Amino acid sequence: MYDGGKIIPGLIIGLILFLSPFIYNAGKAGKAPVPELTAKAKEAKECVAPKAYMTAWHMQLLDNWRHEVVRDGKRYFDTNEDLWWDYSLDYRLLESWRRLTTAGDDRAPGKPGKIYYKSLQATCMDCHSNKSKFCDQCHDYLGVAPYCWECHVEPKENN
Amino acid sequence: MAVDRRKFLKVAGISALFGLGGKTAIDIFAPGQLEASMKNEVPLVTKEKKWAMVIDMRKCLEQQDKEKCKSCMLACHREHNVPEFGNIKEEIKWIWQETYEHVFPGQHNEFIDEGVNHKPFLALCNHCENPPCCRVCPTKSTWKREDGIVMMDPHRCIGCRFCMAACPFGSRSFNWSDPRKAPKDLNPDFPTNVNYPTRTKGVVEKCNFCAERLAKGQVPACVEACEKIKVHALDFGDLNDPDSEVRELLHKRYSIRRKAQLGTEPKVYYLI
Repeated sequence: MYDGGKIIPGLIIGLILFLSPFIYNAGKAGKAPVPELTAKAKEAKECVAPKAYMTAWHMQLLDNWRHEVVRDGKRYFDTNEDLWWDYSLDYRLLESWRRLTTAGDDRAPGKPGKIYYKSLQATCMDCHSNKSKFCDQCHDYLGVAPYCWECHVEPKENN
Repeated sequence: MAVDRRKFLKVAGISALFGLGGKTAIDIFAPGQLEASMKNEVPLVTKEKKWAMVIDMRKCLEQQDKEKCKSCMLACHREHNVPEFGNIKEEIKWIWQETYEHVFPGQHNEFIDEGVNHKPFLALCNHCENPPCCRVCPTKSTWKREDGIVMMDPHRCIGCRFCMAACPFGSRSFNWSDPRKAPKDLNPDFPTNVNYPTRTKGVVEKCNFCAERLAKGQVPACVEACEKIKVHALDFGDLNDPDSEVRELLHKRYSIRRKAQLGTEPKVYYLI
């Protein structure tokens, strides 16, 4: 190799430069934030769906809600009937449904459930009035920027 | 189990003895059942309904002569977070006033009754039976519901403004800028209703006949505001119900509609 003495150190320097952001940030991984519950949310114990479902699928649930409310005029959510429908939309959810029911969860389609008014502002944010601690910190951590709040009014936080 | 009439009367009777009333009483004696039964009682979106509004202009103008009444407009705009830009080019209108000759351009003449000439008439979305706005919308962002309400889904609106060009009544407004950036001195407590969204820059908006209030069994905000000041110039009801108040009014009094000759079949009637 001609000029190996220049090329190889050059390559090494180039590689170090290329990897410098990784080297610089090594071991400094930010801790995954945990959503904080307000007193009201804690007291309610349960959301409109089981926690595992809400953690993974709240965006689909909200998307369904906005469609059903605005376009179909279906403004009430039954924790059994409607949740079953949401679950049945996806085979992965069906799996988790089976796991839930075998684990002794008494939800089943057909039984009377609890009724909620489907509204991000009036229902969700009524309990989860701490948007910055409940929604934003995870969304920021994951680098997602939902544009819900361009129109939907966020709750006023006392801090 | 739902609260049926018999049970409701029982609960109401017992609670009247204790000086309780309304939802509280049912919550105490039959917890959790009211909401379950309410689900079935709220007016669903069905073909059986045909919502319409009747505006008694005699009563309205009488009130206008007394004081420059803006109750219905204020109530609507507060209910739906409609901003005030103080600039006619950016104006957002759900319900507004316009002079007689502008609201009924075909009906004006030189010698017309002074009682209506140049007088402020209310205008709002007519929720037409044949809405031209819905025909031109490329994303089905606006469409006619089964109960006749011409709805607007701002989630889908791409801001092409075809609907604004199609509407013969000027009932649609475009958000040229973010409504939340409207001048603070004109909108001191915006957003006024924390349970209703605002809109965003680049979408079209208009009156929705208070679909969100109808779903809860309430009348539109403008009608409620007019009742509150005891003028009762606005009436809202079901055209398909022969015993409804709107049908009765239309039967008894002579009514006109805006640009009826265009064939869009407006559902806002003016009693003259």
